[in-house]
Amino acid sequence: MTAIHERPGSGGGSDEPGQLHGGPDDDYTPEQLQALDRTELNRLGARYDGVEVLHVEPVAPIGSALDKKNTRLVTLWFGLAGLFALAFVVIFLGSGWFLPSWEWEIGGTTWSSIYTPLVGATMGLSLICVGIALVLYVKKLLPHETAVQDKHDGSHFDRVTTGATLMSGLDASGLPRRKLLVGVLGMMSLAFGAMLVSLLGGFIKNPNKGNPLGTTPWAEGIRLLRDDGTPIRPGDQQAGSLATVFPAVEGGDKAYDAAVMLIRLRPEQLQTLEPAAGREDFGYGDYVAYSKVCTHAGCPVSLYEQETSRILCPCHQSQFDVTQGARPVFGPATRSLPQLPIALDSEGYFVARGDFPEPIGPSFWNIGRLN
Amino acid sequence: MATNTVPGPGQPRTLVGKAAFEVDDRLIVAGPVRRTLNKVFPDHWSFLLGEIALYAFVMLLLSGTYLTFFYDASMKEVVYGGSYTALRGVDMSAAYQSTLDISFDVRGGLFIRQMHHWAALLFVAAIVVHLLRIFFTGAYRRPRETNWFIGVALLVLAMLEGFAGYTLPDDLLSGTGLRIFSAVFLSIPVIGTWVYFTVFGGEFPGELIIGRLYILHVLIIPAVLLALIALHLLILVKQKHTQFPGAGRTEHNVVGNRLFPTFAAKATGLLFIVFGVLAALGGLVQINPIWQMGPYNPSQVSAGSQPDWYIGFVDGGSRIFPPWEIDLWGYHIPPVLWGALGIPGVMFTALALYPFIERKLTGDTASHHLLQRPRDVPVRTSLGMMALTAYLVLFISGGNDVVADKLDISLNAMTWAGRIGFLVLPPIAYWATYRICLGLEQHDREVLEHGIETGVIRRLPSGEFIEVHQPLGPVDEHGHGTLAYGGASVPKKMNQVGGARRAIRGFFKPIEEPAAVQREAELEARGLESEQAARQLTSSGRPSEGGRPSEGGRPSEGGKPQQEPRA
Repeated sequence: MTAIHERPGSGGGSDEPGQLHGGPDDDYTPEQLQALDRTELNRLGARYDGVEVLHVEPVAPIGSALDKKNTRLVTLWFGLAGLFALAFVVIFLGSGWFLPSWEWEIGGTTWSSIYTPLVGATMGLSLICVGIALVLYVKKLLPHETAVQDKHDGSHFDRVTTGATLMSGLDASGLPRRKLLVGVLGMMSLAFGAMLVSLLGGFIKNPNKGNPLGTTPWAEGIRLLRDDGTPIRPGDQQAGSLATVFPAVEGGDKAYDAAVMLIRLRPEQLQTLEPAAGREDFGYGDYVAYSKVCTHAGCPVSLYEQETSRILCPCHQSQFDVTQGARPVFGPATRSLPQLPIALDSEGYFVARGDFPEPIGPSFWNIGRLN
Repeated sequence: MATNTVPGPGQPRTLVGKAAFEVDDRLIVAGPVRRTLNKVFPDHWSFLLGEIALYAFVMLLLSGTYLTFFYDASMKEVVYGGSYTALRGVDMSAAYQSTLDISFDVRGGLFIRQMHHWAALLFVAAIVVHLLRIFFTGAYRRPRETNWFIGVALLVLAMLEGFAGYTLPDDLLSGTGLRIFSAVFLSIPVIGTWVYFTVFGGEFPGELIIGRLYILHVLIIPAVLLALIALHLLILVKQKHTQFPGAGRTEHNVVGNRLFPTFAAKATGLLFIVFGVLAALGGLVQINPIWQMGPYNPSQVSAGSQPDWYIGFVDGGSRIFPPWEIDLWGYHIPPVLWGALGIPGVMFTALALYPFIERKLTGDTASHHLLQRPRDVPVRTSLGMMALTAYLVLFISGGNDVVADKLDISLNAMTWAGRIGFLVLPPIAYWATYRICLGLEQHDREVLEHGIETGVIRRLPSGEFIEVHQPLGPVDEHGHGTLAYGGASVPKKMNQVGGARRAIRGFFKPIEEPAAVQREAELEARGLESEQAARQLTSSGRPSEGGRPSEGGRPSEGGKPQQEPRA
């Protein structure tokens, strides 16, 4: 017999129980182990795991004043944790029973406004006290042990034998010889993978069907409505003011691409007004209307500083000049806010003369290619 | 009968012992359990950072599960009728209403919601600080590149998970954030509009996105996070933890505490403290008051809208990136791409690949289990500080409107400060860090050679005044120390080498006798204290010295002078 066959688990066909798992039971009989005390057994096991206890700094001797003091300290923190936990239960469940209701309302009771803080404070303190108690336990009541454990490098024996096991599996399969099978397997895997990936097709929506990115609910003759649904006449607004308006269509005030700023310019702004080329007639009198959706990242631009004629986007601070066709004058935005052509209908209310001449909102790949 | 018979040698006598034997008879786990209990973990405060992240994650799982019992991930439009009177009668999504209900109509719901949010903030913060510790001490070097890689993936996933989570309330703030995200999707060249339509199931916002983010937030990303964290820990256990150089610490061992009982008790204590801090924050410190701004409405926004801190740098990048839009025959590449995807993309790619880049550049392919002090690797430390500075510029720029408002600075000036700062400050940080590292290295060697400054001035017979230096070890004939630098901290104050007794305890008045402290110090000199002192005084625990712990707590003497090569 070679040495290989003496390894555990190599009993062949024998019906005898093999060696016990793990430990060196041959080296240490039950009698020998029984002769060792608990500390010795602890150290023996540790050594078997590659751990050597270098040094143990004992704690204060049991019964000594220091030991009593430390025990009291740890007990105190555990006790506090229990008290806080109890306080939590009383506050949490007692509220609305024998304590005032926890339900908060505007201008409500003091108790309801301190309920959440009290609940958090009591649970937090309870948990923190347990944590402190445990840390103090380690620091004050457990012997300070310094141990060292060996690190092991990979074993050459394991590498070679594992490699051989894997490779003999491959040999047994005969795959290296069966070229056609391997080829078909490869092609099959590709098709199989494609089959699984193609399930994602259910998610895909065509962004070019019906030009959703280039159009908005605005169209010729659609009235401009305030957020309360009322139409607007010239003269309703103060000069220098801005109103957010929506198209008079179903869901117009909820559409992400429909919000428009209707701005009445001040007389001095009119003097410096420089509409974009070809859009001189987009405004009406001293009114201009621009898309409210920032051309940078799509936030609603809404901070209008009429002194400087600038509209600021609060998300990334792009600034647009309303007297210059809402051209970006600062910040990361690159395109002007699209202007909505406006006019009056027969009843004298503001209406759109058509949709925006270009896509609103953030730029995208084929923005310049939409018809 | 079995009663009253004396059990054979090694047989259990107690009930617990018998139960344990029964279990081991069936599962044969005594060996693995003992090996686990005996596992040695090194002890250093900075090794707790990853643990904090782990415990924050556990808290996220617990509090998040609680919230799912009340949250309704639906964008169906409802009219609010809950107990927050300021919003009664307002149209909103069911998702927003259920979040309001959690905050106002569920007992303790606001507490749990806020605790969950704080845990998310702490989770990402702890990951980042843990990552910085790993980076600056070189803990990612072979054989731990895999775990570094998993860690970077965890960071990215944690940020995505956080984003998905804070979008769920569907309030004005989160809706604005989602709108910006949609612009980021749109900015991707060629496939941007397809990605955008695929994610939202049509045009923004659609009716699907909250439900989709919900399943990502509560199932898919947490499952991946959990699997990666498990793998991260398994690899850590398998490879064993790194340790700082010191007496007896070598590339081939780990010095510290065994898992049981010391490390387990400490770790459990930390878990409770992390949980406690999160619970206290959740109750005492308001976070994300979603009721203040109302439901999402695409035509409304609030000034000073800020994302959670970990998204701040992405926002900052978008804010300071110049308005450069590429136009190729009508095909556009907007600046959002560079600010919001380009900068983080470069950052995380560089982070993930750093171990491989460093290995290529330094040619250091060896396995390392001993950590490096940041000063000993000035190039890496400076690169790290450079990246950190760039990150901080982006982060501050993410709140540049708030800074401008609070400090009364022009907003445009803040934007320009961010643009210039992003380019100018990182190289300055590199240079300054490099100089500081060299200075610290030099000072370590100076103390090893000349000893610690004692503050004692002596007048020589010639009239010359000199300061007395305390050598750290044996000296040669010129009075120069012969200890070599071993990569460990060098004591620079007399107190650190036992030159002074510890302070007498007592807050208002002393609570102990000075004489008793003196006695204690004498006793301790033979205990752990001297062990620690020895650790600091020895030249190194490098394998070249045999790697054996020094005996008897005495400083090991000598040690060949060796200069650590710089990375």
